[in-house]
Amino acid sequence: MAVLRTLLVSLVLLAAGLGILTAATDGFRAYTTETARRIRVREHPPLVPPLPLQTAAGGRTSFGELRGRWLLVDFIYTRCMSYCSVQGSEFARLQGPLADPLAAGQVALLSVSFDPTHDDPAALADYQRQHGDHGAVWIAARPVDQADLTALMHAFGVVAVPDGWGGFVHNAAIAVVDPAGRLVAILDWNDARAATRYVMQRLTP
Amino acid sequence: MKHRSGHLCLMGAMLWAVLAIPAVRHVLESTMTLQLLIQVPLLALAGGWLVQGAPGWLDRRLHAWNHRGISGLLLASLTGMVWMLPLAMDAALNDPQVRLAKFLSVPLLIGAPIALSWPRAGFVVRGVVLMELIATMMRLGWLYLISPIRLCSNYLLDDQQRLGKILLVAAFAILLVLVWKLMWGHVDSAHKGTEGINSN
Repeated sequence: MAVLRTLLVSLVLLAAGLGILTAATDGFRAYTTETARRIRVREHPPLVPPLPLQTAAGGRTSFGELRGRWLLVDFIYTRCMSYCSVQGSEFARLQGPLADPLAAGQVALLSVSFDPTHDDPAALADYQRQHGDHGAVWIAARPVDQADLTALMHAFGVVAVPDGWGGFVHNAAIAVVDPAGRLVAILDWNDARAATRYVMQRLTP
Repeated sequence: MKHRSGHLCLMGAMLWAVLAIPAVRHVLESTMTLQLLIQVPLLALAGGWLVQGAPGWLDRRLHAWNHRGISGLLLASLTGMVWMLPLAMDAALNDPQVRLAKFLSVPLLIGAPIALSWPRAGFVVRGVVLMELIATMMRLGWLYLISPIRLCSNYLLDDQQRLGKILLVAAFAILLVLVWKLMWGHVDSAHKGTEGINSN
């Protein structure tokens, strides 16, 4: 009897375990937080809160104001010496293939600093200059206070970890926000071509 | 004997409480290595000690559903599988509800069932569990060591690689100890309880 009961319990446990694992991994598609966040965003695009930002020019803008066009967003900190410095160049490079829609105001590039205490407008302007800003619509900006920063990082699923050397390691990516202000895709930070293709396909019907 | 199990139960409860102290938690969760190799095993140990104080009737009642410790070890393995997902580990750091789930499930669904089931498990069941433990440690260790990307958003790549190395070394060490025991015959192949391997 103990054998049969054990078999029964084991089958129930297996079924429950499989169920929990399936739910936790989005049907065995995501094992890391990063993949899970990309799937979740693609399938249920969340609305980005219309929070204000201070730009490199010193002016104000906000995610609410920027609605009505496609946004390519990345999260940065200007002191970064490792791959984020390439991240900036990727954004400068996007200005080439996206020149027309950028000029037409259909698309904007937006770099948001998650280190607002250090990244004042001057530092952000330096960052853009260093990376070869072509003067097209590339906005570098910082959240206006800590609460907004936290809310934005949460909305975009960005996690920055101190690297022990005074800098950060973060899950860099290119986030795509549609004209309705919804976060619709998260793409690899170093794949400017995928980002261009994603936006261009949706601009020309 | 009764006295000793009472002590263990108290120690388990105390260990559990200490691990839940925010300062202790922050230190043990500051690196992937500390979390996986110290915090999680200690949480399981707390559950294992705690259950030593379980009354005899409960043990007997559970035993009727836990032939050779199979259900209990299965429960522990499945729970372990959930917490092995990098996204679960991340969520346990960022989401208070998931953290609570971790602090409850590791002692109660991993440590406690192992403590209740291991003494009842025969040679074959123990062998299967140990081999799978070693294989999992090697798989994970290898993955952590060679993965060029961070599997946990909250931890650094060098931390992940250090954990990978330690897991591989630990897996080989356990394997060596087991081989040693098999060769020099310190293994209870005919279990001293009522359920030797021959009663299969």
